Amino acid sequence: MNKVRIIPCLDVKDGRVVKGINFIDLIDAGDPVEQAKHYSENGADEICFLDISASLENRDTMINVVEKTANEVFIPLTVGGGISSIENIQSLLRAGADKISINSAAIIEPEIIKKSSEYFGNQCIVVAVDAKKIQNDWYVFSHGGTKNTGIYALEWIEKVQKFGAGEILLTSMDKDGTKSGFDTDLLCKVSQLLQIPLIASGGVGELSHFYDGISLGNANALLAASVFHFNEISIKEVKKYLLSKNVNVRI
Amino acid sequence: MKKITIVDYGSGNVLSAQKSFIKITKDNNIKANVLISKNLDDIKNSTHLVLPGQGAFSTCMSGIKNTPGLADELYEFAIIKKRPFLGICVGMQMLANESEEKGQHKGLGWIEGRIKSIPNKNLKLPHMGWNTVKPIKNDNLIETSDDYYFVHSYYFECRNKENILAETQYGINFTSIIGKENIYGVQFHPEKSSSQGLNLLKNFIN
Repeated sequence: MNKVRIIPCLDVKDGRVVKGINFIDLIDAGDPVEQAKHYSENGADEICFLDISASLENRDTMINVVEKTANEVFIPLTVGGGISSIENIQSLLRAGADKISINSAAIIEPEIIKKSSEYFGNQCIVVAVDAKKIQNDWYVFSHGGTKNTGIYALEWIEKVQKFGAGEILLTSMDKDGTKSGFDTDLLCKVSQLLQIPLIASGGVGELSHFYDGISLGNANALLAASVFHFNEISIKEVKKYLLSKNVNVRI
Repeated sequence: MKKITIVDYGSGNVLSAQKSFIKITKDNNIKANVLISKNLDDIKNSTHLVLPGQGAFSTCMSGIKNTPGLADELYEFAIIKKRPFLGICVGMQMLANESEEKGQHKGLGWIEGRIKSIPNKNLKLPHMGWNTVKPIKNDNLIETSDDYYFVHSYYFECRNKENILAETQYGINFTSIIGKENIYGVQFHPEKSSSQGLNLLKNFIN
């Protein structure tokens, strides 16, 4: 059967890896190509680059990073952040990305999901959703988690699936950067709606959180950043732990 | 001197395949020229051909048919001259007689079989991620069971058992590597399957 994927996410700004705590207070944590290579050699199942400054700056830096990474790294690479057009998608895929993650652009113009998945195949279109709980409902936030769109997250996710998304990358805004574990309640509700794979993101701080993402959240893949970047937990440790809990992983 | 050509007919991530072969040949001191091309002379002069494929079956088939002379040149290379040929993902699927993806479409028909959709059975589709490829027939391409990276919703239903080199389980047991004389097809992406994927590509050119 299919294995649960462990995906380190590298937040990239100006060609350097950073990770924000709740999306602010950035700390520099290294060169993206070297990091991606390190992760690939140490058990990562995929790599994710998130260009956190993309909507504000020249995108050529990221294309350059993707090209260099594709020379050295032979596992799937997803790139997201500020992608707003078919041309953006094409240039990143041409540079060597395997999948593209769209967030704000899909909210502004949902048709981009349809168009891009028809054009490039839905296997390379990931829709990223940043969700925050307000009272008893989760809402979709856009623009790096700064803007409440007022859209119900569960309804939105069903819609993007219908529009041709190949995967959902779901980040809990409440949990991101807190190291208190995934929002398994949210994950579980979303996974029930999905026929496509679900990637859980936001909140991992210890080994047991990874297991919770699978056992309670029913996610198909687990994404984390700072616990890996600062060597608090290695991907190998995560896999060993999951294996001990009878979760199917690639060793 | 090997001449490995990644057939460029407008589909998918051809760059990754090229980069993989460049990496392998460099790391193993294999003298090779690795091209991405649809030029008929390049194809004719190649020692090894790789046919990638991403997206819909019919789009990929049209891509081949709409490149003047390409289908004939591929036929000449693989069927007449019997030189080493590797189809990847939809590139493998196109070796079949036909596909039922979004209608009925004819394939190249080089290895008898039919492309069918993976039965849903509450499984997530596309079948995306790492899964075990288990060899069921001795072949140089793959020696032992290992994990490779898959992304697909359709599979190759092989008519002749002797063409099945390896299988993978996802709800059903499906053919993940096919082979017939000089022609190979892999449903997964060796160019995205870490060191074991690169090793498989190395076996293909050796």
